[in-house]
Amino acid sequence: MDILIDLYRWFADPAQWSGDSGIPARLAEHVHYSALALVLSSAVAVPLGLLTGHTGVGGFATTSLANFARALPTIGVLFLVVLFAGIGLVPVVCALVALAVPPILVNTHEGVRGVEPRLRDAARGMGMRGRQVLLRLELPVATPLILIGVRTAAVQVVATATIAAYVGVGGLGRYIVDGQARQDLTMMLGGSVLVVALAVVTTLLFAGLRGLLVAPGLRAETASAR
Amino acid sequence: MSAAETAHAGTAAWDWVTGVAQWGVDNWSRPGEPDRGIRPRLVQHMRLAYVSIGIGLALALPLGLACARWTRLYPPVLTGVNVLYAVPSIALFFLMLPYTGFSEWTAIVPLSLYTLVILLPNVVDGLRQVPDHVRQAAVAMGFGPLRRLVAVEMPVAVPVIIAGLRVASVATISMVSVASLVGLGGLGQLILTDGFRRQFDAPIVVGILLTVALALVTDAVLVLAQRRLTPWARRDRSRRARAAAPVGER
Repeated sequence: MDILIDLYRWFADPAQWSGDSGIPARLAEHVHYSALALVLSSAVAVPLGLLTGHTGVGGFATTSLANFARALPTIGVLFLVVLFAGIGLVPVVCALVALAVPPILVNTHEGVRGVEPRLRDAARGMGMRGRQVLLRLELPVATPLILIGVRTAAVQVVATATIAAYVGVGGLGRYIVDGQARQDLTMMLGGSVLVVALAVVTTLLFAGLRGLLVAPGLRAETASAR
Repeated sequence: MSAAETAHAGTAAWDWVTGVAQWGVDNWSRPGEPDRGIRPRLVQHMRLAYVSIGIGLALALPLGLACARWTRLYPPVLTGVNVLYAVPSIALFFLMLPYTGFSEWTAIVPLSLYTLVILLPNVVDGLRQVPDHVRQAAVAMGFGPLRRLVAVEMPVAVPVIIAGLRVASVATISMVSVASLVGLGGLGQLILTDGFRRQFDAPIVVGILLTVALALVTDAVLVLAQRRLTPWARRDRSRRARAAAPVGER
C-alpha cells in the first residue's frame, strides 16, 4: 500500500507538472515520436496494402515481407540506426516505423482481399472502373480492418517508444530508464502508469475514429464479426 | 555517380558484408568465454522464447476454456490482458528485478504474460467456432464433457490456436532482445554489449539476422506441426488459411 501512496505523492507533486522534464513535456515528446512514426507507417503501408490487395500482384511477397519485418528486434534496429545516423529522433522513428508497418500492411491487404466478390461484381455492374472500385467500395469496406491494424500498431508504438530514452532521447521512457538508474521504484511505476494510460487513451481514440470513418451500414456487421 | 565511383561503392559494400560474415564466423563460439559467443546467446534466446511461449500457452488454454464456457468472464479478462500488453516491456523487466534478480525468470514472466494478448483470443475463438452439429454429434455418441473437449473440440480448434501461436512466437522471439537491458536477452545481448556499447555494427547485424532467422524457422516448424496435427484440414487448407489470417491481427 505504501507504494500507492508514494505513487500518489509522485503524481501530486507540483514540480512534476512543469519544466522540461515535467510530465506534460515528456508526454508531448512521447506523443510526438509515436504520432510521427504512425503517420509515416500509415503513409507507406496503407497505399501499398490497397495496391497489393486490389491488384493481387505481389500480395504473397508483401505479407511474407511483413511477417519477416515483425521478427526484427526493435532494439537491434534502434542501435544500428544510432551507429549510422547518431543519437536523435531518426533512429527512434526508424525503429518504431519498422514495428508499425507490418500490422497496418497485412490488415490493409487482407481487408481489401476480404471484400466479397458479390460486392465487387455489383460495383462493376454499376459501371465503376478499377480506381472507383478501389476508392468507393474496397477502401470503405476494408476500413474497419485497417483501423484495427493501425490501432494494434499504435498500442505497440506507444509502449515501445519508451526505448527512446535508452538512446538519450526524451519521452515517458525517461522516467522508466532514469528510475531504474536511480533505483527509484516510484518513478518507474509512475512512468509505466503514464504509458499505459496513453495506450488506453489511444485505444479509445480509435474507437472514436471508427465511429467517424466507418460507413454506418458496415458498423453493425463488423461489430458482430469482432 | 561515375562508373569508378559506383565500382568503389560496390567494393566498399562487399567489404562490409564480408566483414560482418567474418565477424560472425570468428565469434560463433569463444573458447575463452564460454557464455559470450554467438552460439550460447542463440541458445539462451531460444530457451527464453520457447519457455515463455510454452508457459503462455499453458496459461491461455485453461483461461480460454473458462472464458469460452463462462462468456461473462471474457470481456474483463481480455481487457486486463490488453492493459498488461500496453505496459512497456522495459518497465516490466525492471520491475521484475527486485523479485527474480538476474535469473531468467525476469525475462520469462513478462514475456509469457505478453503472449496471452494473442493466444487467449485465439483459444476462445477456436473453441467458439466448433460447429454446433459437431458438438451435438459428440454428445449423441455418449461423449462426456471432458472427452468431448479433448477428442472433439480441441482438435477442431487447433488451426486457430496454431495461427495464434505463430504470431505469438514471432512477437516473443523479437521481444526477447529487449531483455538485454536487464542483462538477459540472448541475441539482444550480442546487439547491446558487443555491438552498441562498442560502437561496432557487425554484432548488431548478426544479432538482427539470427533473430529473424530463428523466427522464420520457428514459424515453419509450427506450420508443419499444424499439418501433422490436422491432416483433415489439408483438403480445404486454402479456405482455412484465409479464415485464420486476420485472426492474428487484432
